[in-house]
Amino acid sequence: MYLLKLIARNALRHKLRTILTVVGLTIAVLAYGLLNTVVDAWYAGAAAASNARLVTRNAISLVFALPLSYESRIRGVDGVTLVARSNWFGGIYREPKNFFAQFAVSDNYLDLYPELVLPAQQRSDYLRDRKGCLVGRQLANQFGFKVGDVIPIKGTIYPGTWEFVVRGILDGRDETTITRQLLFHWEYLNETVRKKTPRQADQVGVYVFGVSNPDDAAAISRSVDSVFKNSLAETLTETEQAFQLGFVAMSNQIIAAIRVVSYVVIVIIMAVMANAMAMSARERTVEYATLKALGFGPAFLALLVFGESIAICAIGGSLGILATPPAASLFKQATGGVFPIFNVSVETIELQAACTLAIGLAAAIVPALHAARVRIVEGLRAIG
Amino acid sequence: MAIPLAYIARNLWTRRLTTTLTAGGLALVVFVFAAVLMLDAGLKKTLVSTGEHDNVVVIRKGAETEVQSAIDRNQASIMEMHPSVAIGADGRPLASKEEVVLISLVKISSNKPSNVVIRGISPTGLGLRPQVKLVAGRMFKAGSSEIIVGSSVAKGFSGTQIGEHLRFAQRDWTVVGTFDAGGSGFDSEIWGDVDQLMQSFRRTSYSSMVVRLAQTNLFDRFKADIDVDPRLADEAKREQAFYSDQSKALSTFINILGFTLSTIFSIAAMIGAMITMYASVANRVAEIGTLRALGFKRINVLAAFLVEAMLLALVGGIAGLGCAALMQFASFSTTNFQTFADLSFRFILTPTIVVKTLAFSVTMGLIGGFLPAMRAARMNIVDALRAR
Repeated sequence: MYLLKLIARNALRHKLRTILTVVGLTIAVLAYGLLNTVVDAWYAGAAAASNARLVTRNAISLVFALPLSYESRIRGVDGVTLVARSNWFGGIYREPKNFFAQFAVSDNYLDLYPELVLPAQQRSDYLRDRKGCLVGRQLANQFGFKVGDVIPIKGTIYPGTWEFVVRGILDGRDETTITRQLLFHWEYLNETVRKKTPRQADQVGVYVFGVSNPDDAAAISRSVDSVFKNSLAETLTETEQAFQLGFVAMSNQIIAAIRVVSYVVIVIIMAVMANAMAMSARERTVEYATLKALGFGPAFLALLVFGESIAICAIGGSLGILATPPAASLFKQATGGVFPIFNVSVETIELQAACTLAIGLAAAIVPALHAARVRIVEGLRAIG
Repeated sequence: MAIPLAYIARNLWTRRLTTTLTAGGLALVVFVFAAVLMLDAGLKKTLVSTGEHDNVVVIRKGAETEVQSAIDRNQASIMEMHPSVAIGADGRPLASKEEVVLISLVKISSNKPSNVVIRGISPTGLGLRPQVKLVAGRMFKAGSSEIIVGSSVAKGFSGTQIGEHLRFAQRDWTVVGTFDAGGSGFDSEIWGDVDQLMQSFRRTSYSSMVVRLAQTNLFDRFKADIDVDPRLADEAKREQAFYSDQSKALSTFINILGFTLSTIFSIAAMIGAMITMYASVANRVAEIGTLRALGFKRINVLAAFLVEAMLLALVGGIAGLGCAALMQFASFSTTNFQTFADLSFRFILTPTIVVKTLAFSVTMGLIGGFLPAMRAARMNIVDALRAR
C-alpha cells in the first residue's frame, strides 16, 4: 500500500512536469487513434462489401466496358442468381471538389443490395420516372438533397449536363453501410448515349451478380471467365470484396506512410516520456540512496520508477482514448464526407492501450536501472 | 553584455541523455514535416516537367483526363491543320494524335494489380517530348505489336523487361525498349504505335492530341478558334497546365495530411522541449542567481535560455533534415485519384524546404522554451542565490 502512495506522491511532486507529460501523451494517443481510424476508413468500402456478390469487369482494366450481350451468358452460368448492370458515371456536381460516386444501374440492382433500404413507395416512384435517381442518406445530408430535387451533373465520360430527379433516399441497414452514392437508370444512360455518342452505347461497366452459394464463389468466377476466354473482351471476375480491395491496394503506399507515421508519434512521445522520467530519476539520486540505506532492495526502487511511469501513462493514455471518438466525429465533419464511414474500432482502442503500456514500460527502463544501481555512498554524496 | 554562446552550448552537452531524447523527438517531427514538403515538391516537379511550354493538349470538352476523352479522326485533322501549329522538317504539322487507355499490371512491391497508362503515339510523338530518351533497347517499329516502357514502369511492374511480352487486347506485345523521361510523368507510362493500339482496342477515335505551337503567343488564338468552331467539341490546354491540374487533388491531399500531422506532432515535441527547459531552469537556480549577481540583466538570462531552447531544436532540426535528405533516394508511387493511373515520383529537397524546415524547428524551440525562460528571468536574485 505504501508503495502506491509513494508512487502517487512522486508523480505529483513536479506538478507542472506531470501535467505537461500527460497532455503530451493525450495528444499522441489521440493522434495515433485518429490515424488508425483513417486507415480503417480507407478499408471501409471493402469491409462493407459482400463475399456473396461477384463483380465481372473487363480484364484489361476498368476503363474498358463489356458488351451488353454478356448479361445473358453470365446468367447462364450455373449458380448465378441475379445479374445487374452498373456503369461508373464519373460526373461532376457543380465543382470537382464535390466528388461522389454516381452509378447507372439496372432496375434489379437494388435486389442485390439488401443493405440499401428504400421505402416501397419511393421505389415505385423511382421505377416510374425515367430521369429519376436515388441518393444515399449521407450524400443527401451533405448537400441537402430532398425527394423531388433536380440534381444537375456534368458528365466527364458521357458528355453533356445531365439532370436527375431525386425519387428516393437510400438508408443504410447499419452504420457500416456506405450511403454516399447516386444511382440512376442504366436504360436512361444507354438511350441518351445511343443518340449522342453511339460508340458508347450498349456497353456495361461491370456486371454485379449474386450466387446461390457463397462457398462456390471461386469456382463460379472461374467458369464465368472461361466463357469469355479469347473473346474481344475477356473478363475478370472476383468477389465484391476483392474488387474493392483492389482499389485500396492502388494507394497502398499512402496507407503504408500513414501507418509508419502513426508509430512515429508514439516514438516521439516515448522520447518525451523517457526524458521526463530520466530527469526525475536523476534528481532523486539522493533519495534512492537513502531508501537503499534504509534497507530497500534494487527491485523495490525499480518498481517505484516503473509504477510512476505507468501511472502517468495510464492517465494520459486514458484521456487520449476517451477523446478519440468525439475527435473522430469532429474530423469526419471537417473533412466533409471524404470518409463516409469513420468509426473508431475496438481494435484501435486496444492498440492505443497497448501503445500506452509500451510507452510507460520503455520510458522507465533506463531510469529504473539507474535507480537500482545507485551506490549508497555515491548517491548520498550526489548533488541534485 | 550577453551571456556567451559557449556557456549555453555546454549546458546542453552536460545533460547529454536529456538533450538527445528531446532533440530526437524534435528530429522525428521535423522529419515528417520535411518528408511531406519533399513529397509535394517531387509531385509538382514530376508533373510540371511532364509538360513542354509550347505544347498544347487537346481533349474533349468536359473531359478531365485523356482517358475520359475522345476525339474523332475528322476533328483531329481539322485541328492539325490550324495555322498556329508548327511545321516539322518534313513539311508535316508537329502534331501527335494519341490513344490513351489504362491497363492493369501487377506491381512488384505489393504483388497487386495497379493501373498503368498505355499511350499510342504518332511518329511525331517522340519528337514533341524532348525530355524522353531511349536508354535501353530500341524504338518500337511503326505498324508492329511492339511497345517501349518508361523507367518507373520497368522498375515497378512485373513483365516489363526488354524481351518480355504483355498480353492484352488479344495480342502479345513485345517490350523492345526502355525510355527515361527525366523524372516526368511519362516515366510511369507505356508507349506504342497509335494505329496498332486503336485497332486492337477496337477504338475508332483518338483520346487526345498534342500539338507544338509555331510561336508561344499563338496559344490564345488556337484555343479561341477551337472553342468557336462548330465542328469541334474540344478544349485546348497548355501541356504544363494540363498536367499540373491533374495532380491538384493528390497535392491537396498530401498537403492537408502533412499539415495536420506536423501540427499535432509539433505540439508533442514542444511539450518535450518545455519539460527539458523547465528542468534545466530548475537545476540551475543558484547559477542563475550568480549570473544576475555578476551583473547580467533579466533580458540576458531570458535570451540565454531562449537560445538554449532554439539550439536544442536546431540540433533536432538538422538531424531530422539529415534523415529526410536520405529519402531522396526513395521513390513513391501511388494511384493519382484524378487519372486513376499509377504515378511514381521522388522526394525532392529544395533550398526552400531546408529553410522552411529549419525555421519550423527553431520556432518549436522558441515556443517550447519561452515559458521556462520567463521563469528564469523573473527570479529574484536573493532567493535564487539562497537555493541549494
